[in-house]
Amino acid sequence: MSQPAATVALIGNPNTGKSSLFNALCGGNARVGNYPGVTVEHKTGRLSLPLDARPPSSSTAPIEIVDLPGTYSLAARSADEAVSVDVLSGAMSGVRRPDAVIVIADATNLERNLYLFSQVVELGLPTLLVLNMWDRVSSSGIKVDPDGLSRQLGVPVVCTSASKRQGITEVRNSLAALLQSDQAVRASAIASRPTAASGFPEIFQQETDLLLEWLVGSKVAIERFQVQRLLIDTAEAHVHRSIPDRLATDLRSRLTEARSRLSSAGVPIPLFETKARYAWIKSKTAGLIERPRQRPATWSDTLDRCLTHRWFGLLFFVLLMFLIFQSITLVARWPMTWIESFQGYVASGIENLIGPGPLRSLLVDGVVGGVGSVLMFLPQIAILFLFIGILEDCGYMSRAAFVMDKFMASIGMSGKSFLPLMSSFACAIPGIMATRTIDHRKDRMVTILVAPLMSCSARLPVYILMVAAFVPDIRYASGWLSLQGIVLFAMQSLGALVAIPIAWLFKRFLFRGEPSTFIMELASYRWPSLHVVFGRVWERIKAFLVRAGTLIFVTSVLVWAAAYFPGDHTAVDTAIRRWEELKASAEPNQEELVPLETSINLEKSRLIEQSYLGMAGRVIEPAVRPLGWDGKIGVAVLASFPAREVIIATLGTIYALGSDTDENSDSLKEQLQGAQWPDGKPVFTLATAFSIMVFFALCAQCASTLVTIQRETNSWRWPIFSFVYMTSLAYVGAWLTYNLVSLWIL
Amino acid sequence: MSSSPWTLCDLKPGECGRIVSVQGTDSLAARLLEMGLLPGEEIEHIGTAPMGDPIEFSVYGYRISLRRDEAARVQIEKQP
Repeated sequence: MSQPAATVALIGNPNTGKSSLFNALCGGNARVGNYPGVTVEHKTGRLSLPLDARPPSSSTAPIEIVDLPGTYSLAARSADEAVSVDVLSGAMSGVRRPDAVIVIADATNLERNLYLFSQVVELGLPTLLVLNMWDRVSSSGIKVDPDGLSRQLGVPVVCTSASKRQGITEVRNSLAALLQSDQAVRASAIASRPTAASGFPEIFQQETDLLLEWLVGSKVAIERFQVQRLLIDTAEAHVHRSIPDRLATDLRSRLTEARSRLSSAGVPIPLFETKARYAWIKSKTAGLIERPRQRPATWSDTLDRCLTHRWFGLLFFVLLMFLIFQSITLVARWPMTWIESFQGYVASGIENLIGPGPLRSLLVDGVVGGVGSVLMFLPQIAILFLFIGILEDCGYMSRAAFVMDKFMASIGMSGKSFLPLMSSFACAIPGIMATRTIDHRKDRMVTILVAPLMSCSARLPVYILMVAAFVPDIRYASGWLSLQGIVLFAMQSLGALVAIPIAWLFKRFLFRGEPSTFIMELASYRWPSLHVVFGRVWERIKAFLVRAGTLIFVTSVLVWAAAYFPGDHTAVDTAIRRWEELKASAEPNQEELVPLETSINLEKSRLIEQSYLGMAGRVIEPAVRPLGWDGKIGVAVLASFPAREVIIATLGTIYALGSDTDENSDSLKEQLQGAQWPDGKPVFTLATAFSIMVFFALCAQCASTLVTIQRETNSWRWPIFSFVYMTSLAYVGAWLTYNLVSLWIL
Repeated sequence: MSSSPWTLCDLKPGECGRIVSVQGTDSLAARLLEMGLLPGEEIEHIGTAPMGDPIEFSVYGYRISLRRDEAARVQIEKQP
């Protein structure tokens, strides 16, 4: 992609409609990645602006927008906040320093939102203040004077209702004006801008100068604002990142001395900063913001009283979760059939084009059989993310955290762990990344370690396959409640239930310590923005398709090769060619056809027995036999170490290769139902199906999750620990399940 | 530092208070102040979670949730 003409950072408090504004400015074309070295999400988008000042007038120029994590303050307590400061000050490697910054603020709650603004404005960048949710200002009886604010704060101010796409043109125009202004004019505007820091006590300014002088003398490229953050932020998140190691010890002792001098002079660190900034905000907004004397009763409050009610709140929560999992089974059924028939259509198309042989086998059994059976689960994943997106965007998620906090605290986490764990139901990777909002380290560690137990969307295909094939389709309540849906709900809940004692044990024995905090904004309910919700669903679908196209594709081909080689397929290929000729003739000769089918099937299962996969299966069979599995399942489970859903592809490939040449059993479900032990008993009983499901509910079969844990904890110890504890749990759980269900059936 | 016999924990649903001070100088106190729990601000108890903790307050024009332990750090004077 071409170099952008300018880079603009977008920053704001959580719940200010930052995603809506980002989407409105950049459309759906966001690129999501990670910042180098840290797993803070790096989201960028593009828009075109008319920058006429660039001769010859090329009409529009591409502008890159960097979406920074939502934060209340630049005080570096967490990785998110440290990244924001680094990006804004140009200290983040691989990201160019922004040419301007947009601060988005909730206009109904302006004073608190201006706290972050007061910090950002001190970074010395051209700044645009966007007052979002403008439509709510008048309806809640608040009066705000944007022109007065613009004069007082020394920055342009624009009012928007980003979710309704109102005021977006004005944002674009103001941004263009900001970027094309003359360098000298810009610099003098920034220099004359009022800042809260200029009102900080004299002694603090002196300490800043002292430290700045020493750092600059030691050849550290650092700005005044960062030095002030070093002094104020006792959490030290910056010290490790922007200061070379050789200075770290010296810096720490200098900081301790400076802080003790400041506090004895009556400037307590860190409290003086908040007081000074709010005093500054009060003086700047005096007479410009008016609130009604009486707090108006809002529908959001009324709704809140119901949804956080003692009984009704909990009941609503449980019903909602149940509804989500029921609709995943019932609604996704139709699109799944379409994908399935499309898959069959593609396979028979290939069979018509290519004669029997390795290439046809690779395409039909490896690629279509493997990747295709995973794609089948796209509808469910889309529905799950749709629900999560709606719940997040309408504001219910923070209420769920509020309702659950007491309980979560009793098992060693906090209400803030709830959202990461809830997202882990979609995928543990964003879930583990979302634990960054938990400021308490020990709570965060416990949450990271149990997050992979939540039933992620990659487990869903495994459950759905097993449930559809082996749980009878019985309906209750005149068809609205299905037994399959109930089993699915139970399997989805299993990991979360097991996580309760596990989290308690971790907190009790691994992470003992001081209690955590739960300071959280409960933003007003709002209608979810379709742009934001569907944008998120699309991001997830894209990630899933990329995985299917890369990791799962490669695994499918490898598994196919292991199951195809080293046998000699000439005989069986000749037989299949003859069989197809017979089938194509007007009146097939049944006397020749039937024995031919039998010999093809015998030859195929002999070949798969002799293959590398068959050999591996025989080696591991004794280890998985107690779980009720045969060697094929064992191999499929081993091959699905990189990602759980690969087991579907692997089973698909193995059973497609070894399957009967009978056009009635083309779906994987039917192939599994027909699989037999050598003595003719079916491999898959209800007990085996449950044993596989329980294993997958509890195992750590996901390389990406383990890598994410490594990056988030910055140590290989925790991913190894996770893998060992989850695999042991899964093995024991599957063994117990197999034996209990076997007993119960007999 | 001025002290008051009441803290946020003493407010009942629907009751209002005026913040007198936030106790302590640690990062919890800084976070509470950052979120707008400033001396002189009016604060109202909106409701409690189903299990009695945490508590929802209205302050500075928005809703914030605090655990009882955190609310106990905020000294207030009761208002009618």
